[in-house]
Amino acid sequence: MLNRLFVQCAQCQTTHYIQFFKSAHYVCSRCGHHARLDPPHWIRQLCDRGTFHSLFTNLKSLDPLDFPQYREKLDAAVQKASGWEAVVTGHAEIGGVKAALAIMDPGFIMASMGSVVGEKIARLLEYAAGHRLPVVMVISSGGARMQEGILSLMQMAKTAAAVRLLHGKRQPLVTVLSDPTTGGVTASFAMLGDVSIAETGALIGFAGPRVIQQTIGQKLPPGFQTAEFLLEKGMLDIVVARRNLRATLISVLKIHQSRPYPVRGSGNE
Amino acid sequence: MKSAMDVVRLARHPKRPTSRDFIDYLLRDFVELHGDRRFADDPAIIGGIGFFDSIAVTILGHQKGRNVKENIRRHFGMAHPEGYRKALRLMKQAERFGRPVITLIDTPGAYPGIGAEERGQAEAIATNLYEMSGLRVPIIALVTGEGGSGGALGIGVADRVFMLANAIYSVISPEGCASILWKDAAKAPAAAEALRLRAVDLKELEVIDGIIAEPGEGAHEHPGETMGHARKAIASALNELLVLDAEILVQRRYDKFRRMGVFSLDDGFSGLI
Ligand SMILES: [Zn+2]
Repeated sequence: MLNRLFVQCAQCQTTHYIQFFKSAHYVCSRCGHHARLDPPHWIRQLCDRGTFHSLFTNLKSLDPLDFPQYREKLDAAVQKASGWEAVVTGHAEIGGVKAALAIMDPGFIMASMGSVVGEKIARLLEYAAGHRLPVVMVISSGGARMQEGILSLMQMAKTAAAVRLLHGKRQPLVTVLSDPTTGGVTASFAMLGDVSIAETGALIGFAGPRVIQQTIGQKLPPGFQTAEFLLEKGMLDIVVARRNLRATLISVLKIHQSRPYPVRGSGNE
Repeated sequence: MKSAMDVVRLARHPKRPTSRDFIDYLLRDFVELHGDRRFADDPAIIGGIGFFDSIAVTILGHQKGRNVKENIRRHFGMAHPEGYRKALRLMKQAERFGRPVITLIDTPGAYPGIGAEERGQAEAIATNLYEMSGLRVPIIALVTGEGGSGGALGIGVADRVFMLANAIYSVISPEGCASILWKDAAKAPAAAEALRLRAVDLKELEVIDGIIAEPGEGAHEHPGETMGHARKAIASALNELLVLDAEILVQRRYDKFRRMGVFSLDDGFSGLI
């Protein structure tokens, strides 16, 4: 959608010349809406030029439950996406700091978490623990991949457990929650960041707003489940505009680079 | 063989034994403990301490009501963040005093509401997954009725996971799945089949360790016999787990969940990243 000459803001429908939109980090100059980005765009936004190297690209989804229309959905997603699944994993330098990186792709079945997403996240965390690297995750997700049934649910346990390994090596998980981050991804690795950053205006929650509205039968308060709402409720560390995201990440990563006080048995002596 | 939707109905049967029934059957000298020490006591999660045979244990689970009035008070077993935090408090307490933990899973899901979101439903569940994966005492989970999504898993990261024969465990309710997939909640029976949410399915998918038999029409007709089978399964699991060193226990628990998932490794990838 970003390969044309003009692009429309998904929120206020203002038309932007693509070059200007790009130089504004894909943020609407009129309403401030942050457009959803695919992994290649995120890599250009955040990483030092030419430093990104992908990992675990050969993992491919199967259809373990023989679920209606899942194969077709996967095939269609692979056609238009930049990888084989809803998360791209690798390592890169950000402001000269080497980090392991995961970027979810909202264009791939709403970046829902099935076996491959869970496996790539777990492998990345294990890789980072093994190489003593901090981890940066740019997260967006519609939740669990229901077409993989209970196997998708179990990815929550698998990814959350893998964060422990990272902490065992005293390396931080820095999360960047972008629009939208919901469901089982929020309720696992997305909410386990040592530093939790969210993009301005991002929808972040466990249950979707429609489900909540149906359950309680009343209107939701304005701004409910936005990044700003979560910050106010104490669920996030920082809400940033996209133009400041890279600088914020660099500061956080640099601070975590300092040699830790050698607590015995920390695994970092 | 029963259809998946038949099993869903049995799993939700109003006369099915609740967590409190299991606790009263399984434990001697049960002392109920309350509250998360942060916000409130969630009536959708019940927990406490007692003796299982001669072993001091911590037990906790989702608590549905036995009638409409109690169900409303207990939010139909749908926990708020304070419920998950209460569960975690009891589990950390168990770890401190070296007690094994038994969890009883029976919930349609975590409560979807304004307060639940404000107080960090996702954070509460995520933290439980994280902490349970490293808890240095044995954990045994028993899905007794409905294993509804993250709300179930939030107390379900265990060394042994058992399901009652007519229990279900799923990433989404069949109704929710049908309305997303086919825009029609009435197609829930087809979704229930597709989701493979019965105990036999989960055993085949290697997500659970064992199935607890329910005699005749099910646990609602034969609660004592069913809970007797559950007791045997828990006893033999405790026998196996209590002899393990904590390091090995935690490593095996990690490996158990780490293995879950189905995918292929294909070297023919030629995409950009
Ligand atoms: Zn706009």
